[in-house]
This record gives sequence, structure tokens and C-alpha cells, in this order.
Amino acid sequence: MKKVKLQVCNGTTCFVMGGADMQNMVDQLMVKFKDCLEIERVRCLNACSLSDNFAKAPYANIDGQLVGNANFQTITKIIEEKLSND
Amino acid sequence: MTNEVLATKKLKNEILVRLVKAFMSDNFAENVRLIPYEMRPKGSDVPFRCCIYKERAILRSRAIAGLGFAMEEDDEKTLLSDFANRALERKKPEEYPLTVLQNACKGCPSSKVFVTELCQSCVAKPCLSACKFGAIEHVNGRSKIDVAKCKKCGLCMSACPYRAIVKTIVPCEEACPVNAISKGEDGLAHIDHDKCISCGKCVSACPFGATHAKSQIIDVLKNIKAGKKVIAMFAPALVGHLPCDASQIKEAFKKIGFSEVYEVAQGADVTAKTEAKDFQERLDQGAAFMTTSCCAAYNELVKKHMPELKPYVSEAKTPLYYTAEIVKKEHPDAITVFISPCFAKRREVLDNDKINYILNFEELGAILIALGIQIDTCEKQDFAYKSSKEARDFAVSGGVARSVLAAWRGKPDAIVPAIINGVNKTTLRDLKVYAKTGKCPLGNLVEVMCCEGGCVGGNAGLSTIKAATKKVGEYANSSYSLKDEH
Ligand code: FES
Repeated sequence: MKKVKLQVCNGTTCFVMGGADMQNMVDQLMVKFKDCLEIERVRCLNACSLSDNFAKAPYANIDGQLVGNANFQTITKIIEEKLSND
Repeated sequence: MTNEVLATKKLKNEILVRLVKAFMSDNFAENVRLIPYEMRPKGSDVPFRCCIYKERAILRSRAIAGLGFAMEEDDEKTLLSDFANRALERKKPEEYPLTVLQNACKGCPSSKVFVTELCQSCVAKPCLSACKFGAIEHVNGRSKIDVAKCKKCGLCMSACPYRAIVKTIVPCEEACPVNAISKGEDGLAHIDHDKCISCGKCVSACPFGATHAKSQIIDVLKNIKAGKKVIAMFAPALVGHLPCDASQIKEAFKKIGFSEVYEVAQGADVTAKTEAKDFQERLDQGAAFMTTSCCAAYNELVKKHMPELKPYVSEAKTPLYYTAEIVKKEHPDAITVFISPCFAKRREVLDNDKINYILNFEELGAILIALGIQIDTCEKQDFAYKSSKEARDFAVSGGVARSVLAAWRGKPDAIVPAIINGVNKTTLRDLKVYAKTGKCPLGNLVEVMCCEGGCVGGNAGLSTIKAATKKVGEYANSSYSLKDEH
């Protein structure tokens, strides 16, 4: 079975810009994708520090692909793409 | 929290971060003026409103609140840079904590009762006879409400056997437990400050993010920048709202420039003991019940709307009150800043001259982002005073009652806690009944917290209630119990 690895940033910037949202998202994603998804909360992904990049937080990393403005919809879409990609 | 609220929170936070960044730059006023243009540069997408100019106008208003001013008093021709300069010169924060962004408010329709397509044009027409104001007539067989005559009493709604009549609501009006906010004839929401208890429920409820707290972020930062001794006193709920270990909080505040950090849990220990003593005395005098006194919104509620409940409220002061007293005694020259999970504490801070300023968790978060402080890399440090487990758990619904129980030295079965987890129109009615009848059927120690979940559910929080409750609980459990203290 194909599996996707998702890292959700739990660094300070991402937490302030959407900590509650990310917690809800992780719960929802686990229900939706069950065993096809491995979720990890990680430290700052280093995406937030340059100039205005904080505004696109929260960030996540899906199989090596960095995603800004992470939320349930955007992340679900990318995971579904990755899962159906072969 | 719903997604819409999170989206507006994010927008507000972004503005605060930009304000702090501007403050840190060498041209504060000019960089503040540019905020709306940086957020919506020429040719950029217009995510929320009709056009880029409107978006910028709204962002400008939000920045005014972020600078600590009332958006209602904006004449629209004053430059943001002038507001920035005024914020620098201001000696005292403004009087009323909340302000409404009027140009974000306009799109929201006033509340009305109307007949939907589900109306079956029935023969009995109970709606017609239910209406005392003659506001319903029959047009083409279907009921129709004359808005000019309708008083929105809702009698027709309950009379309709098909539930075909509905009432639309205005989210802020619906959320306010004391009817302090309402849409006026002009279609804009206005806050009646004589009624407002600063609970902030309207802030969380508005899907347009129109209600704001007037921020004191610049007031705090300018004192730090001036090299003053600025001391942070943080609410116990903070531990649940930051992605780090509690022991890293102290270092994070020091990095911002605070010279000392106190846990407000320290004062909560005093509150718990004082309240236990107060309760014993009241029981000895035959009192039927006592309510807690630490929630600022509840205290305002009693003062403004239910003075008859006052005799039942504990004389114990809030944890913040005792903490500020301790801090000012140890550091008489210090500027004290309370770090708050909610908006209601703004009122308490304005009324207490031992507390100079207040920042909420969102504002603290914005400062951390602007200064590039990754809190989970901060060094671990202990606090000078170790608060009890119960004091650290004050922030969770039921926590205050538990702390009084732990500090209780009387007969163990004399206390029966009753928990009011969130003030809303229903619990408000209950409280009124307790005051009127002089008794509370649920228990004799009534804990009242205005926010659902307790202070961990405060409306300026960053995490979910569930996650924050868990984290605060774990931190609390690492300490000793008031029960074992003699
Ligand atoms: S905190 Fe998430 S990328 Fe830095």
C-alpha cells in the first residue's frame, strides 16, 4: 500500500499563525487517510524566516514538497494527488 | 473555533507582526503607513473584498486597532503614519478595550424573521393569528412578513406547524451574553460600553473579523526599547498555547527584552487560600453558596448587570491582582505587563494601577514571530517561585473549584462544587435565578468562567481547548499539591 509522509510544522511562527487549525487538521487527516498517511509534528521547517514568508505560515512538508498556507483542503488535495500518482 | 474565525485571526496576527517589524525598523511611522500596500501590492489578488482599495482600507483600519486606537473614531484622512506617531506619544492605553471595524461590518444583514419557501399556504394559518403586531399578511396564498411592523418576537416561528418561518441572526448580537453589541439603523454594529463586559465573544463570533481589541503592543515595546524594567506576568493558560516546554517561557520573554518573568499561578495560590478561608467564614454564617471571583468578564457581569449577585461573590482577589502586588513589592520601579488569554482582563488591567499593560497570547505570538524567536530552542529555566499544581491548573474549567477544595481545611464534605463552564444567555439566566432565590441547586461553591473550557479557551488563544487543557494539566501535575502544604 502506498503511504505518504506528512510533516506538520510545530515551530513558533506556524503555531502562532495557525496552531489550532493544524491540530484540527491533523485529527481530520488521520480519520480521512488512516494507514495511508504518516504524520509527524516537527520543529521549524525553516520556511518562515525570510522577509514576508511568515505570512504564508503554517507550513507543512509532504514527501519532501514544502507547502505554505497549509490547511485541511490544500493538504488533502496534495495527499490525494500523491496517492493516486501510480 | 471555526475555520472562518481562524482565517480572520490569521489576518489580524499578520498585521500585528508587521506592526512589530515596523517598530523594530528605523522608520516606524513610514513602515506602518506601508502595511496595507505591502499586504496588497499593486496588481495582487483580492481574496476577500470587492476591490484592492477596499481591502487596503480595511487593512488600514485593522492596523489602527493594532496601534491601540478606536476604529470608530477614524476620520479616514489621518495617515496611518500619524496614528503610529500618536501611539508612540501615548502615555496611557485607551479606555474601552474593544472596537468595531465598521467598513467590514456593512455586508452583514440585520437580523430578520422571514417566511421561507417551505410555507405550505395552509388553511389554518396559525402564524397570522400568532402575530400580535399585525405584521403578517397573505400574499398569493403565502404568508409574508412586513419588516416595518415585525418586532422579531418569534411567536409566528413557533406557531408554524411546518417550521417554515426562520429568523436570521447577526453573529455578534447572538454571541453577546449581555446584548451590548447590536446593529444600528446605519447597518453597523455598535458596542454599548455601559453594557459591555469585554468578554470578547463578539470577536470570536464575527466571520468578518470586525471586532478587534485595541492593542497595547506598541506601548509595551516602547517601554522595553527605552530600557525600562519591564516585567511579564503570564496567565497559567499560556503553557497550553505555546509550542514549547513551560521551562522555556522565561527565556523567551527575556529574549524579547523583559527583565523578569512571573507565573500568575503564584497569585493563584493566594487566591485559592483566600477563597477557601472566605468560604469557611460564609458557611459558618449560614450562607447558601458563594461564587468564585477570578474571571474578569464575570466580575464585570456582576457589576453591570447583576448587582444582586454581588453579596455571593467571594471577596478573594484575582490571581493577577495578588501577583501584581508581589511584583510591585519586589520591584517598585517596574512596569508590569500581564500576558492574557482573553480580552476581558483588559478591563481589570485598566482598573488596577499596579498593572501597567496587557498583551494577549496572539500579541505575544506576533512579537515572537517578528523577532524571529523560536521558542522551542530557548534555554530551560525554573521560575523563582514554584506554584502549586492546583494554581497551575486554574486555567482549566473546574480548576478554580479544585484549588479551593485543595486549600480547604474544613469538613471535607462541606463543599459541593458547581461549575459554570462558559457564560451565555442560558447560564446567565441560571445565575439570575440563584441571586434572586438566594440558593443554587447545583452546589454551594459556584465556579464561574466566562469562556467555555476556562481560561485555556480564552478568545485570544493560539491552540485548541483540548490540546491546551492537556498540556496545562501535564505541567500542573509536575508540581506539589496545596493539600500537602501546611
Ligand atoms: S515555524 Fe514553521 S517554518 Fe518556521
